[in-house]
Amino acid sequence: MSDAAQPMKSAGMIRRWLSRPARAAPAKPVQFDQPLLPWLFLAPQLAVIFVFFYWPSVQAITSSFYIEDPFGFGATFVGLDNYKDALGSAEYQRIAGFTALFTVLVTGFSLGLGLLFAVKADKVIRGRTAYRTALIAVYAIAPPVAGLMGMMLFDQHIGPFVQLAAWFGYDMKVGINYWDTAFAMILVSVWKQVPYNFIFFLSGLQGIPASVREASVIDCRNGFTRFRTAILPLLAPTAFFLLIINITYALFDTFAVIDVMVKDKPANNPLTLVYKVYNDGFRGNDIGGSAAQSVILMVIVLVLTLIQFRWLERRVHYG
Amino acid sequence: MKKVLPALALLATAAPAFANPVQITWWHGMGGANEQVINQVAEKFNAAQSACAITPVSKGTYEEALASGIAAFRSGGQPNILQVFDAGAATIINAKGATIPAEDLLTQNGYTFDREAFIDGIRYFYADAEGKFIGMPFNSSAPIMYLNTEAFAKAGVEAPKTWAEFEAVAPKLKEAGYIPLTASQLTWMFFENYYSRNNVQMASNVNGYDGFDGTELRATAPEMIAFWNRVKTWHSEELFGFYGAGWADNQKPFEEGKVAMWIGSSGSFGGLSKTATMPFSATLMPYDETVADGNKSTFIGGAALFAMAGKPDDQNKCSADFFSFLTSTEIQAFYHQATGYVAITKAAYEKSKADGWYEKNPVAEVGIQQLMLPQGEWSKGYRLGFYPQIRVIEEREFNKIFSGETTVEDAFKAIETEGNALLARFAKTSG
Repeated sequence: MSDAAQPMKSAGMIRRWLSRPARAAPAKPVQFDQPLLPWLFLAPQLAVIFVFFYWPSVQAITSSFYIEDPFGFGATFVGLDNYKDALGSAEYQRIAGFTALFTVLVTGFSLGLGLLFAVKADKVIRGRTAYRTALIAVYAIAPPVAGLMGMMLFDQHIGPFVQLAAWFGYDMKVGINYWDTAFAMILVSVWKQVPYNFIFFLSGLQGIPASVREASVIDCRNGFTRFRTAILPLLAPTAFFLLIINITYALFDTFAVIDVMVKDKPANNPLTLVYKVYNDGFRGNDIGGSAAQSVILMVIVLVLTLIQFRWLERRVHYG
Repeated sequence: MKKVLPALALLATAAPAFANPVQITWWHGMGGANEQVINQVAEKFNAAQSACAITPVSKGTYEEALASGIAAFRSGGQPNILQVFDAGAATIINAKGATIPAEDLLTQNGYTFDREAFIDGIRYFYADAEGKFIGMPFNSSAPIMYLNTEAFAKAGVEAPKTWAEFEAVAPKLKEAGYIPLTASQLTWMFFENYYSRNNVQMASNVNGYDGFDGTELRATAPEMIAFWNRVKTWHSEELFGFYGAGWADNQKPFEEGKVAMWIGSSGSFGGLSKTATMPFSATLMPYDETVADGNKSTFIGGAALFAMAGKPDDQNKCSADFFSFLTSTEIQAFYHQATGYVAITKAAYEKSKADGWYEKNPVAEVGIQQLMLPQGEWSKGYRLGFYPQIRVIEEREFNKIFSGETTVEDAFKAIETEGNALLARFAKTSG
């Protein structure tokens, strides 16, 4: 208890100090005298948001209603045609389906494994720094490098994973077989993200007071039930934050991994929606179509975030 | 007075020599050894005259160079010269006003332009329907077939000239322990250049040259379907290996000596000389003996240089000087010999012959020989909008054919339907 006693003592001192009779006039709410001053302070931040978010968003929405010459010489107003073309295309639907599956699997596995490793690492006493460093080190690898390493591991001629699969009689063809490539992409993306979740879960676990843990030990003998009913609710704010970050990661930040793994040739490989936006816009120079797709993506993220905050956050308990 | 005038004229011509040279920029999509050669060409130009100074900038890949060029043009910061690859030709040529046609640029700046000086296969690809050069062909290549000479000696067979001959020799090469054939970038080898090599129409409106409205891809041409059904049979009989859509996926097993024949670019020669683990030679890409009027020249691959509009006259003069310098026999022969890209002018080809270059490097001549074959009605080029995206569709369907997810007929139907939808979209871009 000695660890926990120290902060308790200082907290008591602060409370006593706070409860001393006030000598000054009752504190009035802090307010700016000039109405323009707060706007001035906000201006830099607002300018950044305007330049990097609102302005491009408005541009994307405008472009999405036109079919445009890439060089900007001509544009035909086509109403919702770009949206209809995208949503009606079998290829787009296939990519959207894969993106959903990819996001669920990458988020689920990276959160699950991150939590598992954090719980296990939290219990290790001997050599804990070594284990933690080993687990965190992966986070220092840049996504394209992770993609390259994945490519080597799954190379058709020399890849160890391909040889492993061959022992079990499976002919793995990453780059040709759709699901083999999907498996490789998910594996590399999860591997890349686990350390990030690990760091947050570990610090979350260490933020749980020893007193709570000890109390829960007295109340419940089953380790898993204890974890589910006492530890997990206290980790919920961390988990909620990580859920949002991981979904964003799977939707957007895996771009580099995918780009490296498909080697610039989407062919019949699984793709995510953001890669399709890039492919049509930057390689195909179809600005209108690409803009419509990015607006669709923006709406998806908006809806997801709203759902998360409206529905999930209510269940999160912020100690 | 009479004495003063020549003196003034002398001053006028001498003055630019003392002034700072006019700076022009050149954006391209080459890396590695080819980028170094581009830098050497720029240095040679800067050393050869003092009025202009050119700075080459690599923008990554071909596609990235085009995308950067477009973005820069829209914000007014375009380079003087932009390299654009074959599949992007329609995009930049359609944007009239984005470029100054290379031929106009040269004639306006006092150069005479002779279309006949260029090798036949190169003359039309970056030109308009009347044959006027819009882009200046720069690094041109042709798909040729590299041969593993050990494999052919071991199997005791000759290199095939037609696909029927391939079918005859391939089983023997397989028996000798080799994968008979692989090919990189099938969109270029077995799609675009199937049309050119065998003289089959690729798209309506004269392959798109006569305008974008109503242009339709002829992906389901019976010749194409029949050929690809053969390719699929070869694949299932293990006479043709396919290891992925990436260029290197199919080049690597050839370099390692596992493959008897590999269809690559004539521009692959330089790299292959360093990486191949066995002696190799090359020959023309086989043609389809079942097509009546085949065995024609292929489309050129590679890229061309475009002079961007919206630049001051003195800079345009420098771009013209540079274009003229580039097509000079000496520079063309240098570039051809240093990179393996084909010589684009007849004079450069003759010079390389006179230099004895092909006696030392017979492979370096194959691409030119293929481009100098008689031109068919359909082997001059194609002008199809959003073509890079259509290639993506082709790549997807080819992969599906080899993984057994689709039939040849359905795959080419999908390419045609989706490709035509893109072509129709492109027709709307010009507003």
